[in-house]
Amino acid sequence: MGRLASLISGIIFGVGLVISEMINPEKVLAFLDLFGNWDPSLAFVMIGALIVSSPLFHIIKNRRKPLFAEKFDYSNNKNINKKLIFGSALFGIGWGLGGLCPGPAISSIALLNFQSIIFVVSMFVGFYLVKSFNPSN
Amino acid sequence: MNIINFTPISALTGGVIIGFSVIVFFLLNGRLIGVSGIANKFVIEKNNRFDNFLFLIGLIIGPILYKFFTKQEINIVISDSFILLAFAGLLVGIGTKISGGCTSGHGISGVGRFSLRSIVATITFMTVGVLTVFLKSFLWVD
Repeated sequence: MGRLASLISGIIFGVGLVISEMINPEKVLAFLDLFGNWDPSLAFVMIGALIVSSPLFHIIKNRRKPLFAEKFDYSNNKNINKKLIFGSALFGIGWGLGGLCPGPAISSIALLNFQSIIFVVSMFVGFYLVKSFNPSN
Repeated sequence: MNIINFTPISALTGGVIIGFSVIVFFLLNGRLIGVSGIANKFVIEKNNRFDNFLFLIGLIIGPILYKFFTKQEINIVISDSFILLAFAGLLVGIGTKISGGCTSGHGISGVGRFSLRSIVATITFMTVGVLTVFLKSFLWVD
């Protein structure tokens, strides 16, 4: 059942990316073009996601356990350090260059365009590079 | 600043659906969605590998089902510079791995549980993203 839940969550998430148009790099770049022709839509994607997920998260986390797993398992890392800022900044540069972040990039493979595949393969190379230079990461 | 192509209703609707997906995954599997985390754990860790794989496959099936049921094309506009996309992908992979999250992991799941760490990360990547687009418009005509 947990397996099915993973698949279904992914499908719902992917549909959300399409309906919100977050899957479209042009739309994302227009959101980041604050000083040019600005399209504020993607702020509403975050607001929409948060008004559903935040209150329900705070209710559900008080349950003894999730429905299909033994325990809740989410990060409780509170470190605010150079790594967090440096990594987030690198991500911001990549996001601003291509208009793709990990979710939309992977979903857009469905459209079978070569560009998304190049991006996703490079992203996985990036994961591996960090892992091989710093195995504890 | 000029405001263009603003689509608040579809953005809010899509956002609510994404939030719902986060809650389904959390209530059923006990984990919070962060796509960069799920993607890098899928290749690096043995733990939950098949679950992570199925989630990623779901991300790809989502748009296919959408097209099938609505009969609507999904149009995207993406750079045709392979060098730029390869470089951007590399930075996104390295950056999200180092900082432990992306737009979903920090921006939605982290901000939603009021994690100060995720709020700092989100402000950082948003600000740097805006600056990158700003500088890009000076350096080359896209």
